[in-house]
Amino acid sequence: MQIKKRVAVVGAGMTKFMRRAQETGKELAFEAVRQALDSCNMRIEDIQSVALGSAPDAFDGVHMKGEYLLDGAGAWGKPYSRSFVGGGTGVFSLIHGWWHVASGLFDTCLVVAEEKMSSCLPHPQTAFLTIFDNMIERPLGPNLIWIFALEMQRYMQTYKIPKEQIAQVAVKNKRNALDHPSAQIAQKVTLQDVLNSEVMAYPVQRLDISPVSDGACAIVLASEDVARKITDSPVWIDGVGWNLDTTYWTNRDLYFPRYVANAARMAYAMAGVRNPRKEIDFAEPYDPFDYKELHHMEGLLLCRKGEAPKLTAEGVTERDGKLPVCPSGGLLGVGNPIAAAGLMKICELFWQLRGEAGKRQIPGDPRTAVAQAWGDLMQIGTVVVMRG
Amino acid sequence: MQGSKTEASLLRSVAIVGVGITELKSSTPQVSYKELIFEAAQKAYEDAGLNPRKDIESFVCSSEDFLEGTSIFDEYVPDQLGAVLKPVCTISADGMYSLAAAYMQILTGLFDVVAVEAHSKASDIVNLSTVYDMALDPVYTRPLGLNASFVAGLEMSKFLHSRGAGTNHCRMVVAKNRKNALSNSLAMYGGIVEAKGESQNPVLSYPLTEYDVAPIADGAAVVVLASEDAAEHLRDDPVWVKGLGWASDSPTLETRDWLDATYVRLASKQAYQSAKLRNPAKDIQIAEIDDTYSYKELQHLEALGLIGDAKAHTLLEQGAFERDGVLPVNPSGGSIGMGHTLEMSGLVRVVELVLQLRGEADRHQIKGVETGIAQCWRGIPTTSGAVVILSNR
Repeated sequence: MQIKKRVAVVGAGMTKFMRRAQETGKELAFEAVRQALDSCNMRIEDIQSVALGSAPDAFDGVHMKGEYLLDGAGAWGKPYSRSFVGGGTGVFSLIHGWWHVASGLFDTCLVVAEEKMSSCLPHPQTAFLTIFDNMIERPLGPNLIWIFALEMQRYMQTYKIPKEQIAQVAVKNKRNALDHPSAQIAQKVTLQDVLNSEVMAYPVQRLDISPVSDGACAIVLASEDVARKITDSPVWIDGVGWNLDTTYWTNRDLYFPRYVANAARMAYAMAGVRNPRKEIDFAEPYDPFDYKELHHMEGLLLCRKGEAPKLTAEGVTERDGKLPVCPSGGLLGVGNPIAAAGLMKICELFWQLRGEAGKRQIPGDPRTAVAQAWGDLMQIGTVVVMRG
Repeated sequence: MQGSKTEASLLRSVAIVGVGITELKSSTPQVSYKELIFEAAQKAYEDAGLNPRKDIESFVCSSEDFLEGTSIFDEYVPDQLGAVLKPVCTISADGMYSLAAAYMQILTGLFDVVAVEAHSKASDIVNLSTVYDMALDPVYTRPLGLNASFVAGLEMSKFLHSRGAGTNHCRMVVAKNRKNALSNSLAMYGGIVEAKGESQNPVLSYPLTEYDVAPIADGAAVVVLASEDAAEHLRDDPVWVKGLGWASDSPTLETRDWLDATYVRLASKQAYQSAKLRNPAKDIQIAEIDDTYSYKELQHLEALGLIGDAKAHTLLEQGAFERDGVLPVNPSGGSIGMGHTLEMSGLVRVVELVLQLRGEADRHQIKGVETGIAQCWRGIPTTSGAVVILSNR
């Protein structure tokens, strides 16, 4: 497969992730865009197209949220559109931006992901009640924590995983986030703290879950020839993949995310990655719950099925381990403004691969990395492979 | 805006190789949205001669959560499209934006065959005007208690006044489109209506009356796109996507251009550039454009640059936009005649244009058309729209 234009990330920016931002959604988007443009000395006039990602309109109570965020996202007078694949949106928004440039239609594209969950009262979980099938599921009043408890239980049962090994992920990511200037809930917690935290829906406990957040991220993309004029160290998008499973999540085995594996295979094939376990230097899998990081490491084919908890317990996924996973601190530590959280992972890949991650920098000059997000009804995987 | 540096000659060619559409109906209590989408998909795949599970590599869907009454509507699309465990995504916009996404996906070289879906189950929406109200800026505008008709009325007033046109011209648009719809078997609202005289219809927000608003309809449409190589294997009469453009003006009521459809001006410029049309007014023989409100057809026509400096309403008086006119506009009946299908509206325009260019438009066929234009608008309060140029050559 011959891709028309190689696409580079040349700039990145993000707001602080926080619980109740005073800024409007437009202002959050503006701040991230401002930072991203400043980071590569570009002006909004240099941007030819804009791709937005944002999750449910029900958070903000704004119909056509993409249209509302338009000016904050820098899209006034430009070709602009919004992609939306639930929780997978953050990483997907980069793919959406990627095809603007890879197609040869545009030299530059600004990718913006914004989420303001705090507008939803009394709690954003209320908005999630409306994601279920309106006839066969919604009358039962399910919520996200219940269905993820089902998935977590199935995963633990299949491989006989002790809860301690899963809780280890929360400890690691919240600690990694201590070095992230935008982090919302970075903290030193012990394994016992996680295991003793309030049970939400067994086996999910409070510290297994990422927080409710407001925030925005932005990325500047450019075609190869243009990128080389903007920066000496572009970071290349070498593989993209996405895959959607059936709506009927109750009819499939939840122990393994086959849609993530499909998306990963697509991205690896495009990037020429034959053996991800050897060739991927670090990963930012989607970790809204601690077990999801493990589930997604397996989906991303970074280890054998059921092996991720063991690797975590052995310290392989620590920042100085053999395969650092979520060196940013992930959603569990930095925060989870849905779409923005996914693009935060792309920002992390960009900074790490350029050696600009500061105190979070992975030792040993990492060259190839993968980021992934997940969403809909435990249904979609979105994967990006980047090289420094 | 800085124009994109389009190198049209270096782009892969992309064609439409299959279309499928349901009849548009004011209500469809007997089927769910999934069944509507299934019907359109089945027709499109049959038209293209493709098996979705084997042959279609990617699917792009179109929806807005509030119109579905379901958050993250992307969850509910794969099964009825035959798209399970495939690359599927949703663009939160009109189907024409999804077409643009599919077009770009093919241009990258990543895929050869991509399907685009859009649908409307408008009859299920209990209070559509409240949904529209939710699109207004929650901090600055919504507290004023404005509604979509009020915003449209303001714009209509400004447009008609500046052009020296009257509400009678808007009634002529309605009469034309509803008459056209009479010979379109997909259309819901065909009819003979009186173009002259004072409107007896209830005023929604002066000068906008009920008569000026395209009534809603349910339906679904699926379009299959293919790269040049794939298209030539699939059929003898592919319809080529010559150019595409989409653009947005200001989202706020306070800072936008209330007179011109700037978004159409920008989008069509982009489309003409990539289609390498130097003189679009000469090259384009048919237009399927947005007529969510009657005056919008006139405003969009002017912004498309197809009538030079002339005023749309004077040409309308001369019958230029009739089926036998110089430039047939909405020979299908448009949204006013066929029914307004929310985020599907733009894709209906595309399907109609494809049928015309294939010579399959049945009783409303315009003879000998080779190149046409379709255009969409995302509705009040947006200033976003898209344009696509199709040709059978």
